[in-house]
Amino acid sequence: MDTAYLIETIIKVVVVLLIFSALAGIGTYFERKVLAFMQRRLGPMYVGPFGLLQVAADGVKLFTKEDIVPTNVVAKVFKIAPVITAATAFMAAAAIPFLPQFTLFGYTVHPIVADINIGILYILGIMGIGLYGPLLGGMASANKFSLLSAARTAAVFISYEVVTGLSLLAPIMMVGSLSLIDFNEYQAGGIGDWIIWSQPVAFVLFWIAAFAETGRTPFHLIANDHEIIDGFGTEYSGMRWGLFFIGEYANMFFISFVIPLIFLGGYGDGSFLGALGLLGKMAFFFFFFLWTRAAWPDVRPDQLMWLCWKVLMPLAVINIVITGLVMMF
Amino acid sequence: MKNEQFNNRDVSDSYFLVDIPDYPTDGWGKFTRVVKRTFRGELFVGLWVVLREMIKFDIHTVQYPLEKMPIGPRYRAVHEMKRLWESGTERCIGCGLCEKICISNCIQMDTKIDENSRKEVSEYSINLGRCIFCGYCAEVCPELAITHGGRYENGSEQREHFVMYEDMLTPIDALKAGKQLEFEGFGAITPHEDERVKKTPLSY
Repeated sequence: MDTAYLIETIIKVVVVLLIFSALAGIGTYFERKVLAFMQRRLGPMYVGPFGLLQVAADGVKLFTKEDIVPTNVVAKVFKIAPVITAATAFMAAAAIPFLPQFTLFGYTVHPIVADINIGILYILGIMGIGLYGPLLGGMASANKFSLLSAARTAAVFISYEVVTGLSLLAPIMMVGSLSLIDFNEYQAGGIGDWIIWSQPVAFVLFWIAAFAETGRTPFHLIANDHEIIDGFGTEYSGMRWGLFFIGEYANMFFISFVIPLIFLGGYGDGSFLGALGLLGKMAFFFFFFLWTRAAWPDVRPDQLMWLCWKVLMPLAVINIVITGLVMMF
Repeated sequence: MKNEQFNNRDVSDSYFLVDIPDYPTDGWGKFTRVVKRTFRGELFVGLWVVLREMIKFDIHTVQYPLEKMPIGPRYRAVHEMKRLWESGTERCIGCGLCEKICISNCIQMDTKIDENSRKEVSEYSINLGRCIFCGYCAEVCPELAITHGGRYENGSEQREHFVMYEDMLTPIDALKAGKQLEFEGFGAITPHEDERVKKTPLSY
């Protein structure tokens, strides 16, 4: 492995890590503002202009808070759990092409950390490992409600892995590759080539599953709000809780990149306009996460399981069968 | 706006029963209900409602320390001492009725005979930490001298904090500028109150 490649990769890793850690903070600002506007409120207003520095204030608060490890918790597991959530979220970003390749000072930059040939499989796998954050955190917390929440989280995440995988199978069959760059090339011809037109069912299924995978509002029962506590994060405070938070928001951003890359043409032909298009689509999907939080109620855990196993999974299987038949004949 | 239209409280013509169909019992009925609910698009109604509110940007927040809601004329906050409009002299005659009637014993006053052989107040303080703002002092005052004002921000660092006579008294320049507000009293009606009167149904 030559040194230039190593340095380039390290720089890319650091840039992705820094940008998305910051974006996770700014994401909370956008969430609070958007939710406030939809509920006729103003949201954060006092720290900085339009409350923009609220993110910094929250960061300072989280970093300087006392690090509490309660009595009776399994300390090692308790401490490692938030790291798993944050780390897996950022590890999944390694196979996502955030922008088309561009030339900087005569040097061609590929804005993807590692273009591995199993890209989507890797992303789904790593996001699946993310389950261990809430699960271990809740189980180690020595708190009944954390434990219940951890069980709920595990049930939801494992169930929806099935829908995610099956719904993506049909597009993968069409493209014949697992690399997100190949997905992008497949749809590079313009809007008519987008996979959403040939796989609308898979698109909707994957979108629904994305809400479950990130634990956002229609499926926000992983941290059950009506128990007035924060689910598996009840015993966490300070930066450990902050890591859970960063992981959740980074996950939202990465999923918002993955959906347009797979179904909506990604960055298209790789022009500047295409790159802007990808960022715009990403912004829409991120906004949609916030939008549903203002509009929709949560479902019950049993309804969530019912939806997954009795509706979405059969639909995904039927979709795969039909896709296969069409491709065969 | 008159109140006569509200005298007819029989609103039975505008009430109706919501049409709720029976719950399905067989599998096919449940299936069709799921399909109907899925494709009726009610989720998008919810999305549209919140998006509409965001676009309208009709913010209802009162940014409190910078903006304040108007309060009604009957509001009973920190007391005020009034002056006579014509001469500008203090209305208080030192009769002591407010001190007597005060049920939380928060008014302390001392009087003396002044050089014109009139009784005047030499010491007057209200302990706002004890005051329950019942309004008896204002009600009993024969001269409309002590009233309630609208200054409701009276937080302090200790339980006992006092407001003195001079602080409650209308400044002489404010009186000359015509800015002394008369307390409307306990029966006073908030301006434009009848616009807010709603029909209370008596029968359905």
